[in-house]
Amino acid sequence: MTTVSDPTRTSAGVGVEKWLRMYRQMMAIRLFEENVNELYTRALMPGLAHLYIGEEAIAVGVCEALRHDDYVTSTHRGHGHCLAKGASPKLMFAELLGKEAGYCRGKGGSMHIADPATGNLGANAIVAGSVGIATGAALSAKTLKTGQVAVCFFGEGALGQGVLYECMNLAQLWKLPVIYVCENNMYTEYTHFSETTAGDIPSRAAAFGVRAETVDGQDVRAVHAVATDIADRARRGEGPAFLLCNTYRYRGHHVGDINREYYRSKKEEQQWLAESDPIKNFAEWLKSQKHADAGALSTIDSELRAEMDKAVKFAVAAPYPGADEVDQDVYA
Amino acid sequence: MPETGIREITFAEAVREALAEEMRRDSRVFIMGEDVAEAGTPFKVLSGLVEEFGTSRVVDTPISEAGFTGVGVGAAMTGLRPVVDIMFGDFITLTMDQMANQAAKVHYMSGGKWNVPMVMRTTLGAARRSAAQHSQSLHAWFSHIPGLKVVLPSTPYDAKGLLKSAIRDDNPVIFFEDKMSFKLKGPVPEAEYTIPLGVADVKRIGTDITLVGTSSMVQVALEAAVMLEQAGISAEVVDPRTTWPLDEHTLIESVKKTSRAIVIDEGYGRYGVAAEIAATIAEGAFHYLDGPVKRMGAMHVPIPFSPPLEDLTVPTGKTVFDTAMTLCGRS
Repeated sequence: MTTVSDPTRTSAGVGVEKWLRMYRQMMAIRLFEENVNELYTRALMPGLAHLYIGEEAIAVGVCEALRHDDYVTSTHRGHGHCLAKGASPKLMFAELLGKEAGYCRGKGGSMHIADPATGNLGANAIVAGSVGIATGAALSAKTLKTGQVAVCFFGEGALGQGVLYECMNLAQLWKLPVIYVCENNMYTEYTHFSETTAGDIPSRAAAFGVRAETVDGQDVRAVHAVATDIADRARRGEGPAFLLCNTYRYRGHHVGDINREYYRSKKEEQQWLAESDPIKNFAEWLKSQKHADAGALSTIDSELRAEMDKAVKFAVAAPYPGADEVDQDVYA
Repeated sequence: MPETGIREITFAEAVREALAEEMRRDSRVFIMGEDVAEAGTPFKVLSGLVEEFGTSRVVDTPISEAGFTGVGVGAAMTGLRPVVDIMFGDFITLTMDQMANQAAKVHYMSGGKWNVPMVMRTTLGAARRSAAQHSQSLHAWFSHIPGLKVVLPSTPYDAKGLLKSAIRDDNPVIFFEDKMSFKLKGPVPEAEYTIPLGVADVKRIGTDITLVGTSSMVQVALEAAVMLEQAGISAEVVDPRTTWPLDEHTLIESVKKTSRAIVIDEGYGRYGVAAEIAATIAEGAFHYLDGPVKRMGAMHVPIPFSPPLEDLTVPTGKTVFDTAMTLCGRS
């Protein structure tokens, strides 16, 4: 069965406090990523930076439907998932700069943030590389009867990898509590997904009998509602789900991907920014529902800006790992 | 080495006993793979386990090596201790991303926060007339990757003790079993024992030449040693038992004593395990050597089907004997 999420099915049981928390989380990701962009362009951040700007509603909508001890796996574009699951910006910035204070002692970097304390099994720089890991975590949850759910985030590029289908087949056979969240931001690096993806996407999951849903990935309320449904369902032992979230990557594939007109137009980008910004639209809704006024939201923004500034300063000042760290943790 | 005068069981029985004992000891241990349950694998190594432990701990999977290996990695990270069964060693190629990019790197990339206590059991070895895609010995692939451990048991005693250690290890361990050894009998004590990973075993003591053999090639080296003895040459046979961790000390000390060495491994000789061990000996015992360290491995060809051709591709007691005679200046 594949269904498109009913847009009216959004608000039940969610109070003002939680709505504001979602706003705060989305804005935290946006500001974190703007700081990453800044650090990268100032040459303070080595390597690559893949920004999540524009897709914040998915990570937040899904993770707010999870328990603290539920598992997530993430991708090369993973900062948003890690933050939404509870990671500290301070320790994330430190990791992004390769500092010893970072989540992985500086040895993972932007594409490999992992944190057992928040159920984060790790961001993965192989496309679809964490599908097996998330499915295996769901097998543990089921076997050990912990009631946990595992969420596997990936982009639509992962739809091209066979291991995704191997694991969905296993998950449905064994009724595992795993949720495959496909963020279709329309571009697999520099190629429109229509050039790489045949047929209907959710039908691929539905063919295995996996519950398949499609949702507007720019609408945090809609994402949260459907994620709550499928997470509860998985927790009840009713099996895996596939959630297709339609979204847009506001920036390039990575920070250095500046001239993008050979694969997408400025007009298209401007249209998404103007009409479908997940944070702007959610802020308007919060105001229209009298959940918050402009002043209250602006206070949240200022608090987050101050937190990010402090976190960046901490990371920039933090020491690199010592040379003796290089061969530590190869084996447990 | 086990004491003499104790019961003898086959290599396959030793593997099965190790699995059963570890599954009784630790409820987190489970087996997952193709035809592992009622079928007990095509080699019948696992026969009887599903009857004792049930289908939730001896789990048949679809033919999805990458998928269920990845599931093993995730399960290992989150509280279980999977033993993933890859029916033929040739099929590890399908699992390479899960093993080399995921299992091997999770611990390091996470700064030591996540562990992958998983065992992959698979096979190696030619000589079954199974042709190019069911006969390879690809243990060098895993030995090349930091974060993995690789075990190559050659006797029933070693198979049991090493497999128990592999299951208790908190790292991903690949356990290669020679298909031709499953029926090999040897002494295995009934009492509990384990063998640490990274400790070589001297299978035969000698003074004139060191034959380093791995897995299936240990029996070949022992066969050659008997022939050499008849020719008046005393050969020492050293079995590293694990390619990583590698017991460099035992290998080097043996060659310091004998001054000559041949490394025999059923993987491809070029860029392989034999090459690495030969280099280790050359670096560590250079000034003691009376001749070049020789490598003997599979011929650099896909394994052919036709029996007389297949038999040419792997070292035998005779070819090792001939090489040793030349190295000792006796041919």
